[in-house]
Amino acid sequence: MRHLKKYLPLAVMALMVTAVQLLTSYTGTAYYLTQLTITAYYGLLITGLCLLMGYAGQLSLGHTGFFAIGGYVSAALTTHDLTACRNDFFITLLNHAHLLISRHDIYGEPLITVKAWPACLAAIAAALLIAFIIGIPVLKLKGHYLAMATMGFGIIIFRIVMASTYFGEADGISDVPAFTLLPGLTVSGDFSYRTQNYYIAWGLILTGMFLLINLIDSRPGRALRAIHGSPEAAEAVGINTARYKLLTFVISAAFAAVAGVFLTHFNGGIGPSEASIMKSVRYVAIIAIGGMASLWGALSMGVILNFLSLRGVFGSYDDAVFGAILVLVMLFAPNGILRLPIWRKLNFRHRDG
Amino acid sequence: MSTELFFQYFSAGITYGFLYAIVAIGFNIIYNATGIINFAQGEFVMLGGMTAISLYPFMPLPLAIVAAVIITTIIGALVEIIFIRWLDNPSVLRMIIITIGLSILIREAALFVWGESVRSLPYFNGNSISSINIMGANVSPQVLWVIGVCAVMVTILSLFFQLSTLGREMRACAANRLAATLCGINTRNRITLSFMLSAAIGAAAGCVMSPITYSQYDMGPGLAIKGFTVAILGGLGNSMAAVAAGLLLGLVESFSVMVLPQSYQEIIATSILLLVLFIRPHGLFGNKDTAALKEF
Repeated sequence: MRHLKKYLPLAVMALMVTAVQLLTSYTGTAYYLTQLTITAYYGLLITGLCLLMGYAGQLSLGHTGFFAIGGYVSAALTTHDLTACRNDFFITLLNHAHLLISRHDIYGEPLITVKAWPACLAAIAAALLIAFIIGIPVLKLKGHYLAMATMGFGIIIFRIVMASTYFGEADGISDVPAFTLLPGLTVSGDFSYRTQNYYIAWGLILTGMFLLINLIDSRPGRALRAIHGSPEAAEAVGINTARYKLLTFVISAAFAAVAGVFLTHFNGGIGPSEASIMKSVRYVAIIAIGGMASLWGALSMGVILNFLSLRGVFGSYDDAVFGAILVLVMLFAPNGILRLPIWRKLNFRHRDG
Repeated sequence: MSTELFFQYFSAGITYGFLYAIVAIGFNIIYNATGIINFAQGEFVMLGGMTAISLYPFMPLPLAIVAAVIITTIIGALVEIIFIRWLDNPSVLRMIIITIGLSILIREAALFVWGESVRSLPYFNGNSISSINIMGANVSPQVLWVIGVCAVMVTILSLFFQLSTLGREMRACAANRLAATLCGINTRNRITLSFMLSAAIGAAAGCVMSPITYSQYDMGPGLAIKGFTVAILGGLGNSMAAVAAGLLLGLVESFSVMVLPQSYQEIIATSILLLVLFIRPHGLFGNKDTAALKEF
């Protein structure tokens, strides 16, 4: 019974995902699937960040940094031509390990690049490593200092991708090849792969939610909530607060990096705007609206707002809308709009996350 | 390196250093009165510069600057009255998010009003090529304006906080708000005043800097992060140390061009911020034990 209650939302979500696909195909509006796929990848980042902010109580204003590391490393490895240095020892070694692939670019020129799978793993490993190294000192900080330090990290990543020619400066990296996960399953923005990619993205997010729900319901999850409530009390009952905070930070970085890798292959490129601080602020806004410690709240708000934003509903007021939402929610509903008293008055079933 | 080039870098470093110091002092004034960091501080600088530029065609330059400072001060007061005054003991996280949201709103409003174009006020004396020769180096008179105005502001502020009754009352609010209230100080009004003061000095700095650095709707966040770096470097809340820290950061940034391309300049400032946060969060001049008692 307990398990049923825990996994019921996942099953409902899976049904809704399928229903939406069938609906779009029935009504001939399959073009919505493209935006829904992108939305899902942002949703993956948001749920990971929600674990960090809502459950471990650590603000991060630099999470686009991890998204960018994932996306950029994967994009750079799969697009940069290694033909010129193919006789180098290291490159030969990679070649013998079957990590390289020869293909032709869109102009028919031959080029040698890293295969998508090793590039993906390298990108995620890079993000994990950086999260680990950055996380140790950063998570010792609190309040304003934590906010500024994470924002500083985000700015550094943004400036690096803007300044280095390897990452394409202001143009970013384009012509990123498709990513064949398994034979028959390809992450690509190509028209014929649209339905498939919709399911890949939402399958990924379902997996992510499954992992997070189980994590929150386990011993580390309870430890995290204890830390959020009172770090001193948690420390007193023998919880290694620093270790759990770091663990959460690394997990949420991994979610962001995976989202970055997949979205980059889906879009066929990545630009510096994906690394901007404004995006990080936007993710924080979405989690605040969803109610901080509410994975489902954050995910649903993330899907709704990102989808509307991608459809261009807010026009040129896009950033302004998110700023206004941020201010209004924090002023009038600091626990998220799903926890406003009005819902209780409407006799909604109210459950604390 | 030639002496001349050295002085050129030096004067650029000092100029930017004072700007960062003013932004840092703006942070400090509000932090001292309320314990919050106003992430919209850089937007005050932008508003000051942009308003003065818009008013300049209709009135003489000094009047335009005064008017811009007054308008920004009023905006600062409104921000506090509308968004912050009535909150009952808000958490630090909530205040961070609210002020970040406000900075976005002010920036987007500025984008709506002024567009994306880069503007600037005219040089106060002479023009962009006129220069004064100091020890063999050519320095624009505007640099002297910046240094002069910023130095005067810092002096007046520190005298104000040390000597005047109002300034002492504001410091009392910072030290212990409850005790200040019991002494009959209207703490809420003093907090509004702190927002007005920090908006005013930000706007004034935005005006004197405008001919050199130019003004654009999105200049705020970059200034805010550097101002914050300086505020931390000097020790949060310590305005005199902020000037020293500001000059230090300005000089480091300006001389860094010798070793690294310009596009990496912001990385240097941000790396310094991270290093200070990790190694000496109480600042170069701050006291560790005092800092431990503050709530960040």
